[in-house]
Amino acid sequence: MLDNFDFDVIRRSLPYLFYEGMTFTLTLTALAALGGLIFGTAIALMRLSGYKLLGRIAGLYVDFMRSLPLVLVIFWFYFLVPYIGQWLTGSPRPIKVGAFASSLITFIMFEAAYFSEIMRAGIQSISRGQPAAANALGLTYAQTMRYVVLPQAFRNMLPVLLTQTIVLFQDTSLVYVLSIPDFLGAASKVAQRDGRLVEMYLFAAVVYFTISCIASFGVRRLQSRIAIIR
Amino acid sequence: MNYNWNWKIFFEPNPMGTGTYLDMLLSGLWLTIKTALLAWIIALIFGSIVGVMRTLPSKAAYWFGFCWVEFFRNMPLLVQLFLWFFVLPELLPKAAGLWLKQLPNAPFWTAAIGVGLFMSARVAVQLQAGIGSLPRGQKMAATALGLTTVQGYRYVLLPMAFRIILPPLTSEFLNTIKNTAVAITIGLIELTGQARSMQEFSFQVFEAFTAATILYLLVNAVVVTAMRFLERWVAIPGYITGR
Amino acid sequence: MIEISHVNKWYSPTFQVLTDCTTSVTKGEVVVVCGPSGSGKSTLIKCVNALEPFQSGEITVDGTKVHDPKTNLPKLRSRVGMVFQHFELFPHLKIIDNLCLAQEKVLGRQHDKAQTKGMQLLERVGLKEQAQKFPAQLSGGQQQRVAIARALAMDPIVMLFDEPTSALDPEMVSEVLDVMVDLAREGMTMMVVTHEMGFARKVANRVIFMDRGEIVEDAPKDDFFGKPRSDRAQKFLSKILSH
Repeated sequence: MLDNFDFDVIRRSLPYLFYEGMTFTLTLTALAALGGLIFGTAIALMRLSGYKLLGRIAGLYVDFMRSLPLVLVIFWFYFLVPYIGQWLTGSPRPIKVGAFASSLITFIMFEAAYFSEIMRAGIQSISRGQPAAANALGLTYAQTMRYVVLPQAFRNMLPVLLTQTIVLFQDTSLVYVLSIPDFLGAASKVAQRDGRLVEMYLFAAVVYFTISCIASFGVRRLQSRIAIIR
Repeated sequence: MNYNWNWKIFFEPNPMGTGTYLDMLLSGLWLTIKTALLAWIIALIFGSIVGVMRTLPSKAAYWFGFCWVEFFRNMPLLVQLFLWFFVLPELLPKAAGLWLKQLPNAPFWTAAIGVGLFMSARVAVQLQAGIGSLPRGQKMAATALGLTTVQGYRYVLLPMAFRIILPPLTSEFLNTIKNTAVAITIGLIELTGQARSMQEFSFQVFEAFTAATILYLLVNAVVVTAMRFLERWVAIPGYITGR
Repeated sequence: MIEISHVNKWYSPTFQVLTDCTTSVTKGEVVVVCGPSGSGKSTLIKCVNALEPFQSGEITVDGTKVHDPKTNLPKLRSRVGMVFQHFELFPHLKIIDNLCLAQEKVLGRQHDKAQTKGMQLLERVGLKEQAQKFPAQLSGGQQQRVAIARALAMDPIVMLFDEPTSALDPEMVSEVLDVMVDLAREGMTMMVVTHEMGFARKVANRVIFMDRGEIVEDAPKDDFFGKPRSDRAQKFLSKILSH
């Protein structure tokens, strides 16, 4: 039955798939995770700051983002970012934004909502005695957060943050809707060009599956190790 | 911002001759709801079976459940939809493959089944955790009274486990609704898809996406409210669910 | 009624929980099992209705071999009442439904017959007024009395109690013990794991003392409290009775 299939197409397109596609996917994943974590932590701190208005705004942002499908958010930013760029730079026309920059901004903004919830849970899991002890030593609020609370919250939540990053890794495949050649986009391009949908999509599935499996196995090991240290 | 806003666009006729642009979006919303509901039913059925299997003493059942969850959790939903839509018909015997390809509404059925199976892995994990959070003695008490394993799950463990996981199930249902938008890639013109085509026909990008956004927020609000009622309805007097 | 002979149970070659346990309970007899925590007494009593498996030896209940694969375990268990340390009422069912569930699903009784029986037993343990409440709305002592009634509703030929009072606040212990004393005086066959030596003195026929998985002492009540033969039992008694 597999006679009509040409799995050599995979070998021939390997350089393109990995040098272009996977590089795009992994860079996007890494930068979006980093940006999402920083922005998300800021949102979490806003929500826990005790300033009602600040907390409300942060909460609304999180709820809003989490109510929307990622595909819709990708479209939103794809069309919106040029106008925001125009507004920021004062140029007469909507500025051109590259595919990578547009996707990166989208994923940072979107993932920040999810990372912020994880960091919020992490910060809340730390006993109240910790900031109290830091204050008693004379540390300011910012210092307490920077040196005492956030490092602990981050360490406690590391497995969850990494799991979310694996989800993000899979979600980046959705830039397909903008015809951007990430790993899946590249595979799809070859598939359409050579009429080899079955081979290319099966291969893409195997690659995503393998990477995600290895990564989640690693997270599980890390989790059990953290559990022992505690 | 030099963008020509035109909020009246919704009441102008769409080029497909199916009424106004608003009608177009609403038909998309209806398709989103239909797909999500069918997917959710599939997710609940398969998720419950697999979730229960992961709590059984049988090693084989546990491994089946483990593989099921890992399989559906470690591939992007988009790739899974492609597998069902493009790959499966080619791998089947010719007649069956042809039948699949010629199926009317193929994107709808593929989306519902694909999203449903994808979500079933997450339902299974939640249910496993819910059953695991029950005191071990509950199962023992059921057994000691002479209930069989099936009866024990049916009358004792599952009624409690589902009550406990109702809040996470609510967000999984919301995820199901959102995930149907991924099916835009296999040609399902649901709400996001209709917003996209409205943008292509009318060039009113932001009106189209604003409307879709509001409709998604509305659906969310309705689901969350409905689930609150459900939670109150099945709540057990005097029993605090913990969290 | 219960014959336990040469029962061994281990989790791994180095972790033996029960070592060569042999004893019996005859019809109408009340046997109290005591011993320090971790001595295997709860495990032993759970072996009697096969809630815990064991590797070698034999247990028969009313002539039925417990570990025989041909034994219909649900049927056997339905004739052996069991009361747990943490009550294990089913939190999602009303008190009366807790009593009816197994009567209907295991014994196949009609709903109204089960209900009548349930109400009789609730009256007997003094909780008729609580029938329509849920477990979480009752105190610990009340819940344990309901659990006893639930076991009695199955018309058991023998009752097993696994530390029925150790999860209770001190002021609630006596209400549960009173029910158990009445039961013993009516001639129910009982095997009771407990530290309540007052109860043992009042109604027990025999006392079994266990330590490190072994039955160290198995003697008529008066002999046991008069002059235990082993050092370990003496030490245990002096610790328990000194307060």
